[in-house]
Amino acid sequence: MNSDIVDFASVAPAYPELVVAIGALVLVVLGVAINKERSSLISWLGVLILVAAGAVALLNPSDGVLFNGVFIADAFARYMKLLVLGGAALSLILAMPNSEANGVHKFEYSILAVLATLGMMIMVSANDLMSLYVGLELQSLALYVMAAIKRDDSRATEAGLKYFVLGALSSGMLLYGASLVYGFTGHTNLTEIVGAIAMEGRSVGLVFGMVFLLAGVAFKISAVPFHMWTPDVYEGAPTPVTAFFAMAPKVAAMSMMIRLVMDTFQPITSDWQQVIVFLSIASMVLAAFAAIGQKSLKRLIAYSSIGHVGFALVGLSSGTQVGVEGVAIYMAIYVTMTVGLFACILSLRNENGYVETIDDLAGAAQTRPFVAAIMAILMFSLIGMPPLAGFFAKWHVFLAAIEANLYVLSVIGVLASAVSAYYYLRVVKTMYFDEPKSTFIAVPNELNIILGVSAFLVVTYYFSVGSSLTSWAHTAAGSLF
Amino acid sequence: MGLEIGLGHYLTVAAILFTLGVFGIFLNRKNVIVILMSVELILLAVNLNLVAFSAHLNDLQGQVFALMILTVAAAEAAIGLAILVIFYRNRGSIAVEDANVLKG
Repeated sequence: MNSDIVDFASVAPAYPELVVAIGALVLVVLGVAINKERSSLISWLGVLILVAAGAVALLNPSDGVLFNGVFIADAFARYMKLLVLGGAALSLILAMPNSEANGVHKFEYSILAVLATLGMMIMVSANDLMSLYVGLELQSLALYVMAAIKRDDSRATEAGLKYFVLGALSSGMLLYGASLVYGFTGHTNLTEIVGAIAMEGRSVGLVFGMVFLLAGVAFKISAVPFHMWTPDVYEGAPTPVTAFFAMAPKVAAMSMMIRLVMDTFQPITSDWQQVIVFLSIASMVLAAFAAIGQKSLKRLIAYSSIGHVGFALVGLSSGTQVGVEGVAIYMAIYVTMTVGLFACILSLRNENGYVETIDDLAGAAQTRPFVAAIMAILMFSLIGMPPLAGFFAKWHVFLAAIEANLYVLSVIGVLASAVSAYYYLRVVKTMYFDEPKSTFIAVPNELNIILGVSAFLVVTYYFSVGSSLTSWAHTAAGSLF
Repeated sequence: MGLEIGLGHYLTVAAILFTLGVFGIFLNRKNVIVILMSVELILLAVNLNLVAFSAHLNDLQGQVFALMILTVAAAEAAIGLAILVIFYRNRGSIAVEDANVLKG
């Protein structure tokens, strides 16, 4: 086999990954060389690297298949990569204020975040079971350490341990599935697997492998019944780490799921459709009911994110280009809402530290009216109230499902969405109508800016970014068909 | 004469190992180290699968994949043990039932 790399220009599709990879290595050297106490420089450099990679992907778009077919860059990968980079960069900025109290002040934190992002970019661009696995593990190994980064805190270490055990199990299931797919098609390259399935048809072993592969990915997007780790990890990990977990890794794993089912297993659509419909219904329904009884704010957000994954999978179950477009829009809006939500949580500190339970939010509207108002807007958007962005996210995925005649799924989804309104509104009610128990400390400027921008985009979605996001998602989805 | 050992036998052994590994994670209530051993068992089952398929298909890719898994498994075990060490420092125990602070 001849190498397809002849000069530096021939790796142009992988430039964003190269920027991140080289940047991470430079950060390691810098972090050791300069004084350990000044980690904010490393954090900002980490943000800069992620932004630079995003700029390269945006300004110098280049499609192609590289490294003997294991790496693919297309419009879909670029769209998802920009979301991943944006989510990761924003959560690094979120981690900066009061980093000491959160245990994320060590310079290793930013480096791990950049390395995890590199893994996610490889997942998004994977065109071979091997590169998919290596990208996934690069991401996961960095995330395990990030969950346990506050190493003198017993909750954070327990979160790290639980995440590690269940993450390792999910990698094992994914690999077992990959080995069966390899065995029954004879290829590890995704493009060659499609060809082999189209030629030879489906076999029981292949369907088995596909189910295991999808179960492994379902762990990573925390779809029910593979969600058990999510509430524990979200609650136990320091809040900025939770913010990181809630955004970029979800987008990366979701785009991996999309590429696998829409591209690789396209010839056996009716088989994977059942799996995705089941995951979708289970996630939406379980999250809506399990979140009702939660007292911890972060556990509530964990169940909320499980529910949102279920809604996004509604779009994917349709198996059409409109569906993929809907999921792409959903993930972008989900990241926007999540970043605002975590900025709110990190803004609300009283003298005892960060808010932990929903009751701690009592009376936030009186001492912090700006943050409380934005949190209320985001809650309404998460419910899916028009004309906020969350409504359009759900509208796109349900439209795709109805066009594909998945009426039962759509009805269950809308009902689950109505049930979920209860727990979102409970947060709003606590902030606005309960007696204040403590006063909140002033909000750092970075958080105020992120809050404001997120709320602005959510409120004005239809008039500002809506149409350009839709056309962009359309191009992205089109590159898979 | 005698029984020819074919692909099916290898796949059966790998499937049994995989199942043992998964049950080892879920049914084990004593020690986190046993969970790490179960994870290794799962990965070795996958490697056995890949090598068996690779030999059967007369294709090298499966063996390359197996080598990658071996490498990553080593890194994974290192990180798992590191997390286990800090967990032990905080709790003074590595029993599975002691990982119980987080629940809802």
